[in-house]
Amino acid sequence: MDAGLIGSVVTVLFFLLFIGIVWWAYHRENKARFDEAARLPFEEEANDADERRT
Amino acid sequence: MQATTYNYKVVRQFAIMTIVWGIVGMLVGVILSAQLIWPTLTEALGPLAPYLSYGRIRPLHTNAVIFAFGGSGLFAASLYVVQRTCQVRLISDGLASFVFWGWQLVILLAAVTLPLGITSSKEYAELEWPIDILIAVVWVAYAVLFFGTIIKRKTQHIYVANWFFGAYIVTIALLHIVNSMELPVTLTKSYSMYAGVHDAMVQWWYGHNAVGFFLTTAFLGMMYYFVPKQAGRPIFSYRLSIVHFWSLNFIYMWAGPHHLMYTALPDWAQSLGMLFSLMLIAPSWGGMMNGIMTLSGAWHKLRTDPILKFLITSLSFYGMSTFEGPMMSVKTVNALSHYTEWTIGHVHSGALGWVAMITIGSMYYLIPRLFGREEMYSVKLINTHFWVSTIGVVLYIASLWIAGVAQGLMWRATNDDGTLTYSFVQSVEAMYPFYSIRLIGGLLFFGGMLLMAYNVWKTVAVGRAVNDARIPDAVAA
Repeated sequence: MDAGLIGSVVTVLFFLLFIGIVWWAYHRENKARFDEAARLPFEEEANDADERRT
Repeated sequence: MQATTYNYKVVRQFAIMTIVWGIVGMLVGVILSAQLIWPTLTEALGPLAPYLSYGRIRPLHTNAVIFAFGGSGLFAASLYVVQRTCQVRLISDGLASFVFWGWQLVILLAAVTLPLGITSSKEYAELEWPIDILIAVVWVAYAVLFFGTIIKRKTQHIYVANWFFGAYIVTIALLHIVNSMELPVTLTKSYSMYAGVHDAMVQWWYGHNAVGFFLTTAFLGMMYYFVPKQAGRPIFSYRLSIVHFWSLNFIYMWAGPHHLMYTALPDWAQSLGMLFSLMLIAPSWGGMMNGIMTLSGAWHKLRTDPILKFLITSLSFYGMSTFEGPMMSVKTVNALSHYTEWTIGHVHSGALGWVAMITIGSMYYLIPRLFGREEMYSVKLINTHFWVSTIGVVLYIASLWIAGVAQGLMWRATNDDGTLTYSFVQSVEAMYPFYSIRLIGGLLFFGGMLLMAYNVWKTVAVGRAVNDARIPDAVAA
């Protein structure tokens, strides 16, 4: 197996992997968990408000 | 027992040093741009003159702004964001202190060795081998601190900003170690393990990925936390951010050869570098849209909130320079632009417009929180800073665009008999007006940093260091 062939195989594999990632990211079933992740920076808000009161 | 507070000390230390090093690095930049207009400027210093000669302080400027200013900003942001979004304290306070003092020592050593002329002469990797080893040690400590905190997290998800910071930490370790492979001869001199075209390829694989992962990916991590926080709404599309992340990682690695167009590098590698650089427009613009669209439905905030102005304007400059970069990597464009001032203009559209502005915005968000204040001492002054630095960047890059194109056209102009129309010195002379406008732009940006320092000073003076920021008890999932 020469370097050129390995390069081609790896390129195709990475391309397929990337398509897989896009499919995973936009899969309907994953929407809820990504929406939840997007709210992570705001999970602390309620707590900050508590702090200010005390 | 679980710690109940966040480690704000290390964030505070790095945040303050971000401003200090920003001022130092940009001052050196201003001196350099003045030297281009008045080459004998620093000769009046007599015996000190050699230490301030252009060739020695140019790497001092790049190292100071990238690794001292940008680096400190990234340490502050990443160590703050990883704690807040993992809802857990950093795994070790001792390690955090080591990372802070280790990095300051690296900067100090750079500030001493570069003016002394001690250099490995690899661009953006000028520091000699003992400092290289210190960087590697500090970096590994940083990686342990960051990933250890992620492993310990109380949240189920790893927030996307941490993915960007993580990719940056891993890649910079890889780039630094591979590119710094060198054979020490004395304590202050070493020779690279690579020779000839391999040296060039490794150097620009390092150089461009330093742009890609230090100056882009890491600051995108900043963007994915501070833009949603300041806008008060989640990122426009979390799913787009995942695709953004992976496409950047897959593509960036191969863009380096665009720094070596029409050199001894094999043609196929040059074409590949150009192709990958062009492909980079897609993830770059996807990320920019994602950041800007986060404001959708809240555009009015942009009118009143100067921190948001900094953050959103930085994204506009990010979009501009990530369009300009791929264009400049097209071989025919590169034939005109390479080795001219256009490149310097492009770099500063990214470095001042994108990197510095997103850092400044993030620091204006962070500093009041780290010192127990609701907001900065003067919000009006942030607004002034915004306009001063925006005008500064625009003057800077517009003058160097014109300068670069003029330079490129003068260099390639030939007479009917094939001789050059212009001598080199004629092209240098044509630069005076543009260099002067650039100096004014740089001075404005530098002046903005002084306004920031004053504002921070006043904020800190009336504030108190926050060391008791509580970690939320109840965690979703």
